[in-house]
Amino acid sequence: MTGTPAIRIRNLATRFGDVWIHKGLDLDVAPGELVSLVGGSGSGKTTLLRMVVGLLMPDGGSIEIFGEPLFGGGVARERSLRQRFGVLFQHGALFSAFSVFDNIAFPLRELKRYDEDAIRDLVMLKLSMVELLPRHGKLMPSELSGGMVKRVALARALALEPELLLLDEPTAGLDPDRSDSFVRLIRTLSEELGLTVMLVTHDLDTLAALSTRVAVLAEQRILAYGTTDEIIRIDHPFIRNFFLSERSVRALQNSRPASVPH
Amino acid sequence: MTAARIEVIVRDGGRVVRLSGRWTLATTSQRAAALSAELGGAADPSSSWDCLEVEAIDSAGAMLLWRAWGRAVPQNLSIRPEHWRVFERIEVADGQPREALVPVSPLQWVMVIGAATLGAGRHVADFVALVGQFGLNLAYVLRNPADLPRREISANLYKSGVRAMPVTALVGFLIGVVLSYLSALQLKQFGADIFIVNIIGLGIVRELGPVLVAILVAGRSGSAMTAQLGVMRVTEEIDALSTMGVPRSLRLIFPKVAALTIAMPLLVVWSTAIALTGGMVSAQWQLDISYGFFFETLPSVVPAANLWIGLAKGAVFGMFVALVACHFGLRVRPNTESLSSNTTASVVSAITVVIVIDAIFAIATRNIGLPG
Repeated sequence: MTGTPAIRIRNLATRFGDVWIHKGLDLDVAPGELVSLVGGSGSGKTTLLRMVVGLLMPDGGSIEIFGEPLFGGGVARERSLRQRFGVLFQHGALFSAFSVFDNIAFPLRELKRYDEDAIRDLVMLKLSMVELLPRHGKLMPSELSGGMVKRVALARALALEPELLLLDEPTAGLDPDRSDSFVRLIRTLSEELGLTVMLVTHDLDTLAALSTRVAVLAEQRILAYGTTDEIIRIDHPFIRNFFLSERSVRALQNSRPASVPH
Repeated sequence: MTAARIEVIVRDGGRVVRLSGRWTLATTSQRAAALSAELGGAADPSSSWDCLEVEAIDSAGAMLLWRAWGRAVPQNLSIRPEHWRVFERIEVADGQPREALVPVSPLQWVMVIGAATLGAGRHVADFVALVGQFGLNLAYVLRNPADLPRREISANLYKSGVRAMPVTALVGFLIGVVLSYLSALQLKQFGADIFIVNIIGLGIVRELGPVLVAILVAGRSGSAMTAQLGVMRVTEEIDALSTMGVPRSLRLIFPKVAALTIAMPLLVVWSTAIALTGGMVSAQWQLDISYGFFFETLPSVVPAANLWIGLAKGAVFGMFVALVACHFGLRVRPNTESLSSNTTASVVSAITVVIVIDAIFAIATRNIGLPG
């Protein structure tokens, strides 16, 4: 699989009204990487993520996932490409009318290939993978705590065995303890399942603990792309502010960045 | 992508099942049933399993094997260590205690009836509490006029009153035309043409005007109120209001009920007038009854009491439509299903309540305003 990047963005341009959000943006994410996308408020991180998953259309340029364009080629192709990545939305986006079990079972049922017994087994497996108990399956999304919502959403994102996982602010709204354990979970799962991960985050602890590479989005493009250590050495006002404030240095020292895979 | 393959080799008395290819969701889901049947045929307590040539396996593929193995690792299994991990996870998941399924009791129907009765009782109790709260709020506002939520009332008057004028006018006009046209066909046969004024006047002023507007408003403003309160509950805005010391009944419910109680009689007058115009136009066209005659006759055949009854009905209908809408809005639980079912229930109940109240009015006012 090496050779084709999991995500390949070329010359991307986005405009809201007459404000350019992205202009000439290029980014390659190699398989197996955990890439954090950072940037100031309103720099278009979430917009970029939404474009990668095909929720928004760019105004120019191209995005390829596993070497294939997101749009065109018929419903079946678009659908099978979308089954190769999972998305964890910032607020979980669980279906509020479904129980936890039905939320995770939903994508599997949509395949219409498995009987209810097989679906039950797979859902129980996903629940255990995100460290939830079978009895949690009966709960409704409104009865869950913030951390559990994220776990269930992660289980749902993993239901179709994706190769690529996209996370929008995975630890926003979690207390430090929950956030640490969620980050650990994502990291273990991505190592075990060989996932490629792209995440948008504001949280330096998450960034330091999860990412093998960091992409800095500023001035409408990817300003810098490299390991945390490489990024810190770049002299740019945004990077100085983001990484070298007292709080950030402390966070980065506490957890050394994850090793870069070969 | 290489498909998942199964090969059964019979060798010195033993059976070896050799698996190869990719055992992933993408490659196995298309023929999950066929594969599991094939695996089931190959599975045998004595078979040994050779999974060394499997290129990739994920939990969906592993689950197929696991089920074929009867939820236990077979004795003779050779597998790559990196593929082994997924089975470890499945073992862990299987080890967790499953929820016991509660069997359906034979007395289930008793429980259903009981739950429905209790639910209905709770509805009535909540509704009475809501009406009581509205009464208390009204008394409070009358004693402290400074606390009257003026802006909210005015906003609600605009939303459920002024904005409803076009649709009530259109429907009123058409009903007037249709009613007059159909009556005219019958009256012509008896030569009783001039009685069209009685029929149209009495029917619309006393009955059709208020009920028609109430039904339109229940569908239009009632559903909007329920949905608004419901979403405010879902997004915890109502809780936020309470923590700021703003009583929700005074700020959210009182203005809606008060505004609709004021707006409805006005809408009744408006749509009654338009419906009479429609009837008049149709009568002139069908029976050659001049506008002047219609205008002159109307006050003498429809006593003014009918107008007051119509207005009173309008006010009561408006109050109850708003109360029912708020009642259901406050019952919305934070999920989409509950929002939709409560909005539906709100409109259906509001219309039913309107019809019931109309029947009560009809009996209570049977001696008032009717000629003869």
